[in-house]
Amino acid sequence: MAQTEIRPRHAELGLVDEDVLAMYRAMLLARAVDERMWLMQRAGKIAFIISGQGHEGAQVAITWPMRKGVDWMAPFYRSIASTMTFGMSAEDIITAHLAKADDVSSGGRQMPGHYGGAPYNIVSLSSPVGTQVLHAVGIAMGAWVRGDDVVAMTSFGEGTSNQGEIHEAMNFAGVHRLPVIFACENNGYAISVPLDRQVGGGSVAARAAGYGMPGVTVDGSDPIACYAAAKEAHERARRGDGPTLIEARVVRLTSHSSDDDQRRYRDPAEVEALKARDPIPAFATELRQIGVLDDVTDERLRAEVKAEVNAASARAEARPEPTTSDAHERVYANPIAGSGTPTPLEPVDGGSH
Amino acid sequence: MAQLNILEAIRSAMDEEMERDERVMVLGEDVGRKGGVFGATEGLWAKYGDKRVLDTPLTEAMIAGAAMGAAVYGLRPIAEMQFADFVYPAFNQIVSEISRIHYRSNGTFSAPMVIRMPYGGGVHGALYHSQSNEAYFTSTVGLKIVAPGTPADAKGLLKSAIRDPDPVMFFEHKKTYRMFKAEVPEGDTVVPIGRAAVARAGHHLSIVCYGYMRTVVLEAAETLAREDGLEAEVIDLRTLRPLDLDTVMTSVAKTGKALVVHEANRFGGFGAEVAAEIAEEGFEHLDGPVTRLAGPEVPGVPYHHNLEDWFMISPARVVDAARKLAAY
Repeated sequence: MAQTEIRPRHAELGLVDEDVLAMYRAMLLARAVDERMWLMQRAGKIAFIISGQGHEGAQVAITWPMRKGVDWMAPFYRSIASTMTFGMSAEDIITAHLAKADDVSSGGRQMPGHYGGAPYNIVSLSSPVGTQVLHAVGIAMGAWVRGDDVVAMTSFGEGTSNQGEIHEAMNFAGVHRLPVIFACENNGYAISVPLDRQVGGGSVAARAAGYGMPGVTVDGSDPIACYAAAKEAHERARRGDGPTLIEARVVRLTSHSSDDDQRRYRDPAEVEALKARDPIPAFATELRQIGVLDDVTDERLRAEVKAEVNAASARAEARPEPTTSDAHERVYANPIAGSGTPTPLEPVDGGSH
Repeated sequence: MAQLNILEAIRSAMDEEMERDERVMVLGEDVGRKGGVFGATEGLWAKYGDKRVLDTPLTEAMIAGAAMGAAVYGLRPIAEMQFADFVYPAFNQIVSEISRIHYRSNGTFSAPMVIRMPYGGGVHGALYHSQSNEAYFTSTVGLKIVAPGTPADAKGLLKSAIRDPDPVMFFEHKKTYRMFKAEVPEGDTVVPIGRAAVARAGHHLSIVCYGYMRTVVLEAAETLAREDGLEAEVIDLRTLRPLDLDTVMTSVAKTGKALVVHEANRFGGFGAEVAAEIAEEGFEHLDGPVTRLAGPEVPGVPYHHNLEDWFMISPARVVDAARKLAAY
């Protein structure tokens, strides 16, 4: 069968074939981890899960230019593929969802979906939406004050884009041209409320103009387009030209969370139609068209990913559960004895902190 | 020994810490060229530049949230809220984020930062420039709360707060800023967080206070000594969280009577916690009711001077409350 003549876009962006295959594999791995966690939730091993299915193309591609160990990330609750692209392993993610004692995110203290990892420069996430965006801006401010070549990336949904803290963050980043990438993953729904009931004017990216930064809308099911926007944003940030808002139009293939049922508020035909915009088959099709992927490679990658998730799950499940013996610890970095802090008295140090 | 007022002491602490540690920065509204609305950061912008002394937009959530990001990144930010009354837009960042990040990350992240806030009334600031809102924060685990009452404590505690690896909220009573000068030790002297001070020794009753109330209570104590022969022991908590209960209980064990004084309203105020601790831990020592003297149950300090005077805790009111307690 003759290949349709499609020009490979990735080469123009400085990516080689191995890069785009690695991106594809990262998307497959994030999806496989996500699906495994749903199974574990159904099996009663995980109380709650909040999915990133449909967001993987945007997440992998927007994270791709970020330098591990140098740059910083303040993710949100769907950031499975982002955090994995930025260094977290399948085992890290599954361990966190199982809330094991040595979970890198929180040692079993936080709910599933509350990503974080100090070894990876991924800031621990809470539940009130949008707070993390200010943390990314604060990291960028710190880098700017110190003169460090560091970019901070933060992700959030279009529902969260309405929070005041997002606007305070973007305004401040715009004022000082801070090195931040604001990645809005717009899946069209804030739990049950559709975009036209959330965002006046319908565009999150359009808001960037008011804050003195470029706002770019990209098809979140097109990883190469997402990568192109992120690469430019990353370079702009490093040049000192300031922040960028990327609005990736993605699909939410699952309900909001394991506690939600989107059939209550979405037309079945609408949900069915989303599958056509699933970034994984879309990217596979493109990679096949440009001759980077074939059946043999695809099957090999899928088998590798399955084996990796199986092994990661087995190791994660074998990890120890948290015990209450230290539940009272690590409340303060420098505990000082007193009412409410029953910990040994340590002298306030003269300056070594 | 230098003679400084509290404002000068605070400025001097920030200056010395910025000089000592390049990671220390100041951010807030009007803290730069103007030097802050009260002048706390005066001179710092000229000395350290407009990155380390950073004027922010009018966005309190941003000030707190960006300070936390910078702290996580490795800086030691000092965030100024122009008035404690305006901290509420930052409440989510302080309570959901800053206080919790260490615990929720299992100790792998921390937020070494200071939030300075002018609080308190008696300056014709009315409902929105006079609040004593420490109780919203003292009930939040993960924060340390400091409220100094002397220039030496203001300087030494602010230096400790800046160096501390945990978030510290630093309550500065604005009426005390230029109220008096007192000796402040020269050089790099810190006052430890979590230690109360015995501001006046006595044996008839214990009066527990902090911030501006230290000045008010000490004046009342002199009146009690002169007119009644009552020697009040005055405990200045200095740090509200963690609470130095040992110092309080040592005093109460000696006097058998405890009066807790603060300017914030009484119901659910910080004094309720102090009183409850004394009642639980010191029952066998007590020979009078643990008593609170606090601000009235109105939503804020009213403006007109008749009304403001009615609101504020005066030495005369402390004397009255102490006499009633001493009569048991």
